Amino acid sequence: MPAAPHPAPPAPASAPSAQAPSALAPSAMARPFIRIEGVSKRFGSFQAVRDVDLTIGEGEIFALLGGSGCGKTTLLRMLAGFEDPSAGRIFIDGQDMTGVPPWERPVHMMFQSYAIFPHMSVERNIAYGLKHERMSAAQRADRVREMLDLVQLAPFAQRKPHQISGGQRQRVALARALARQPKLLLLDEPLAALDKKLREQTQFELMSIQSRTGVTFIVVTHDQEEAMTLADRIAVMDRGQVRQVGSPTEIYEYPNSRFVAGFIGAISTFAARVVRLTGEIAEVDIPAMDGTFAARSVPGLVEGQSVTLALRPEKISIAKTCPAAVNVVEGQVKDLAYFGKDSLYRVTLPGGDLISVHAVNARRADEGGRPADWDDRVWLSFEPGSAILLTD
Amino acid sequence: MTRRPVFLITVLCFGFAFFYIPILSMVVYSFNGSRLATVWGGFSTKWYVSLFSNRQVGAALLLSLQIALISATMATILGAMAGIALARFRRFRGRTLFSGLVTAPLIMPEVITGISSLMFFILMAQWVGWPGQRGFTTITLAHITFSMVFVTTVVHARMLQMDRAIEEAAMDLGARPWQVLRDVTLPVISPALLSGWLLAFTISLDDVVITSFTTGPGATTLPLLIWSKVKLGVTPDINALASLIVLTVGVCVALAGLVMNRAEKRRLAEERLAYRSNE
Amino acid sequence: MTALAQWFHRRGWRDLIIGIPYAWLILFFLLPFLIVVAMSLATRTPTAPPFGYGGDNPLINPAGYARLFTDSLYLRAFLTSLINAGVATVLCLLLGYPMALALTRVSKSWRTILLMLVILPFWTSFLLRVYAWMGLMGRNSWFNGLLTDLWNLITPQAWALQSIPMMNTNFAVVLVMVYTYLPFMILPLYANLERLDPALDEAAMDLGSRPFQVFRDVTLPQSIPGIIAGGLLVFIPAAGELVIPSLVGDAAAPMIGRIISDEFAQARDWPMASTVAVALLVLMVGPTMIYSRFQARAEGAETDGAKP
Repeated sequence: MPAAPHPAPPAPASAPSAQAPSALAPSAMARPFIRIEGVSKRFGSFQAVRDVDLTIGEGEIFALLGGSGCGKTTLLRMLAGFEDPSAGRIFIDGQDMTGVPPWERPVHMMFQSYAIFPHMSVERNIAYGLKHERMSAAQRADRVREMLDLVQLAPFAQRKPHQISGGQRQRVALARALARQPKLLLLDEPLAALDKKLREQTQFELMSIQSRTGVTFIVVTHDQEEAMTLADRIAVMDRGQVRQVGSPTEIYEYPNSRFVAGFIGAISTFAARVVRLTGEIAEVDIPAMDGTFAARSVPGLVEGQSVTLALRPEKISIAKTCPAAVNVVEGQVKDLAYFGKDSLYRVTLPGGDLISVHAVNARRADEGGRPADWDDRVWLSFEPGSAILLTD
Repeated sequence: MTRRPVFLITVLCFGFAFFYIPILSMVVYSFNGSRLATVWGGFSTKWYVSLFSNRQVGAALLLSLQIALISATMATILGAMAGIALARFRRFRGRTLFSGLVTAPLIMPEVITGISSLMFFILMAQWVGWPGQRGFTTITLAHITFSMVFVTTVVHARMLQMDRAIEEAAMDLGARPWQVLRDVTLPVISPALLSGWLLAFTISLDDVVITSFTTGPGATTLPLLIWSKVKLGVTPDINALASLIVLTVGVCVALAGLVMNRAEKRRLAEERLAYRSNE
Repeated sequence: MTALAQWFHRRGWRDLIIGIPYAWLILFFLLPFLIVVAMSLATRTPTAPPFGYGGDNPLINPAGYARLFTDSLYLRAFLTSLINAGVATVLCLLLGYPMALALTRVSKSWRTILLMLVILPFWTSFLLRVYAWMGLMGRNSWFNGLLTDLWNLITPQAWALQSIPMMNTNFAVVLVMVYTYLPFMILPLYANLERLDPALDEAAMDLGSRPFQVFRDVTLPQSIPGIIAGGLLVFIPAAGELVIPSLVGDAAAPMIGRIISDEFAQARDWPMASTVAVALLVLMVGPTMIYSRFQARAEGAETDGAKP
């Protein structure tokens, strides 16, 4: 959670601008399929999950996102039936799962380690779940073939797990979990063991398989980019609690707390105080920027309240001349990293604090495309609607 | 690291000479024509002939093999249960004592295990009338007890190494607990069971001290027979017997090594193939 | 795993899986052991079995323990055992360490073969390995003759020997112990050394260390767990050894295993044999505790490293 305090001077204060917030209204969701009601789990004195309520729709890809030890894996294991909740209930398709052992749940899991049976061939791994299903040998063989085709592993059916690559093992795990046509598929860090190139490719494969099969996916991940690209909705977890649930856009653009804001993407935060409320706009005094700035108000704000103003690097414009904008602050470029398609600036605000600014290099750098250079005096500006006010 | 570690290689050669010269010498002298085991008296195979015509040796070998087979099998069953219990049931009453009991026999000097077993059997015979006579049964019981803990150690280690997620995966795919055990756990730990069994088998086959305490009239195992002969000094027919044992073990180990080496090479080749197919 | 363990628990299978081996070990290991402890406090009587307990005899008779300290036979035997086992352990380390290190430096294919050659004697009979040395150490053997010639060559005429008296000496005991227990030293050391990162050696060399300094500063400190493990695997059985001293040892200076066996079988003094056994076990507890502490620490370090 980058707490970057900053000083700074200029800036025209408050100017009303009123783009209505479309966020905070829950995104469209299919019929509720999984209900997690007041679920807690404690291991001895350690409270792994506390009082989680979640509703997940049918056919959704839902991500549980959080750092290690946040309780996301424990929640997943309770859904699979490997752990019993200490309190609360889990309903899957309207059926209370309390006391239902893992082998009787319509839920399958893709394990982080893939957990491929090392002594069985690819084919037998995939067929293993079907053994416990009443079906003819021919039906079973058909189903296995179908799964092999789905994950494009037909040529490797007879191989043993140690004879295939990591990416192929991941697909075996997926095919094995899907073979019994689960109502719900749990994926524990599905991409963590793959290298970067394979990860991107697999991400899209997972999404396409999900849309073809229509199975509800719950993905546990610590990787915010993975969650953003894969999921329809994300629950951000921290110390056993769900901090925010929403679409990737909602989570990114309208974080409800400093934790969520800091966890998803880069952000600079400043201590601020509300000086005036005018309709949609709150004017806040930011000591670090040495001035008063306009930001979109949030419900429940009162004048005089201490808040945090958070700014994403890409929401800030950088210029060598003072722009005609509502919120402007002057600074000096301390550092800059050139990535080719874009650049990241670290700008010293008047009081000495640093702020990160992301700028797209729309033109070639050596042809004046780079808006500023080391030690340049620059003006930073941002829209009131882009600034995030956090009250926690 | 490109410099040849001359000193190390020299010590290694010396060490292997140290390991094998006594054994080689024993083999060479088994073909000695002289009655005096340490003086060369020309080449002869007469000790082998006398060995094969010796009924005692055959009977002792048979007894040893019977005891080793039974005790290794029982030790593997009991030891595997103990290993699974230690690895899978994290908390149970008396766990500390239990883990103490599976380690203590490993470090208990054999003499003490021997006399404690003997006193136990004698007192049991006095108190409850069992065992009526010491011999096959008492030897086997003692062997099971002290070789099962070796199996436990091997199985426990393998269980800890194993990815537990595969058991969960089986459950998740609809397998009930016994099916998990049968389809996943046992096949995965089967190499440990096999090596545990082999270990128990050799320990039993090789044991002198505990056997000498727990034996009774008429129950002479091969090591006991050798022991009684060797106590009287070096004799050529023991040289012949030793050579045969060394030959048997050597051939078995070499075969096992060859098979394992082959399997390893195939595995490596297959892995390479897997990486290529990944592209 | 909780789900699986719980299921076995609920169905009572868990109690069976734990209970059967547990009961077995209690009956056939713990109970005999407790008999030894109790026996060490009993009184010797001319009955069969030759001990008395309660009745005319004291309930607890510590006379045996007193004798341990008053009769020099026992103290000498303990001392002989500790010295023989200690010397054998040090020699195993001196010979086994370079061998283990050498095994990590040879090519992969050689390594498999050589390791097998280290283990091979394991699978042959222990008794026969001792016996092999009896053949070599005897007065008329070619080996003894070779050593005698060598001795006569390098020492003055006055010291010339017909043969070197090797059999039935502590020297013979130590030699055969080193021979039979050397694999116990090499294998844990090899396992330890093999896991060390060769990049550390290279880093030390890169920073200017010469090969011996690399060994002293990098390899040796990291192999201490292996040294401890190997040392105890040799020392503990060697200290309680019975077969080797019986076959090649000096009957006038018996080791402790021999004393226990003789008290029991020859003197039919069960209480005294038990007393000596308990004393030997007490002596072993110390090194064993060190070992398990080291092992626990090594395992702890490993899991720490493995977990992110």
